[in-house]
Amino acid sequence: MKISVIITLKKDVLDPQGKVIHQTLDGMGFADVNEVRQGKYFEIDTKETDNDKAKAKVEEMCKKLLANLVIENYKIIDPK
Amino acid sequence: MKSSVITFPGSNCDRDMDVALRKFGFKNKMVWHADAELPKSDLVVLPGGFSYGDYLRCGSMASKSRIMQSVINFANSGGMVMGICNGFQILVETGLVPGVLLRNKYLEFICKNVFVKINDKKNKYFKNVDNEVLEFHIAHNEGNYFCTNDQLKEIEDNNQIAINYCDENGKIEDKFNPNGSIKNIAGIFNKEKNVLGMMPHPERMIHTSLSGEDGSLFFKNLINNLK
Repeated sequence: MKISVIITLKKDVLDPQGKVIHQTLDGMGFADVNEVRQGKYFEIDTKETDNDKAKAKVEEMCKKLLANLVIENYKIIDPK
Repeated sequence: MKSSVITFPGSNCDRDMDVALRKFGFKNKMVWHADAELPKSDLVVLPGGFSYGDYLRCGSMASKSRIMQSVINFANSGGMVMGICNGFQILVETGLVPGVLLRNKYLEFICKNVFVKINDKKNKYFKNVDNEVLEFHIAHNEGNYFCTNDQLKEIEDNNQIAINYCDENGKIEDKFNPNGSIKNIAGIFNKEKNVLGMMPHPERMIHTSLSGEDGSLFFKNLINNLK
């Protein structure tokens, strides 16, 4: 089963990379962008076949390694 | 005094640290990250570098390596653990010291000498250092110290800030902040002050031909404080 995870920076954490991407988009003529925040995306292919168990395991992975909860939030996308 | 320097895949200041520790009298051992046990040590150092290529987040992979469980146990039982640069990033990822190190504010890799002011001398790292201000070297891309407001309050209440970026006279101002760190923080302690994480490299300042001697002051003092 494949489970996807999206990691984003928390709201009040400075994202200098997102800022530069925003500026570059501005320079390219995309004038109506309000803000850009950069995040991370993971696809985890697990042997687990039970949906809930797999999600619980991935949540543990997020807490222990994939995200740093001081600055980041994680979102687990339901497997299809 | 016995010390151990941990080498991770991608560490590159481990041998500099070895040279510095030996120069000032430590009997140092190099310890591989995949080892399970720490040798008997009075000081454990996590050196600078780019452990695991800075993948995922700087220090995140190294913080889960086999030796780190022994280092964490050693720190939790009061052992002296110092993380320099990437070592500081590893320490925050273990949770031994609070906060995180973000990308530098202006997205530049910074490599230069800086001045830092010692904020607290009631600890074994800085006790009896005569100077208030030290000149150290920094070389990092992710040294922008950040923590939550609650953490900051706790850090300040417990006097856990070790050193702040400043000018040569010890003035702490925004313009002397190289990387955007909250409150110009260059290094912090854990609550008990046996664990120190800092971005500057004292091991790069141990000889006049290496652009300065303030690292010598730091190490000479450190070994005396541990005796």
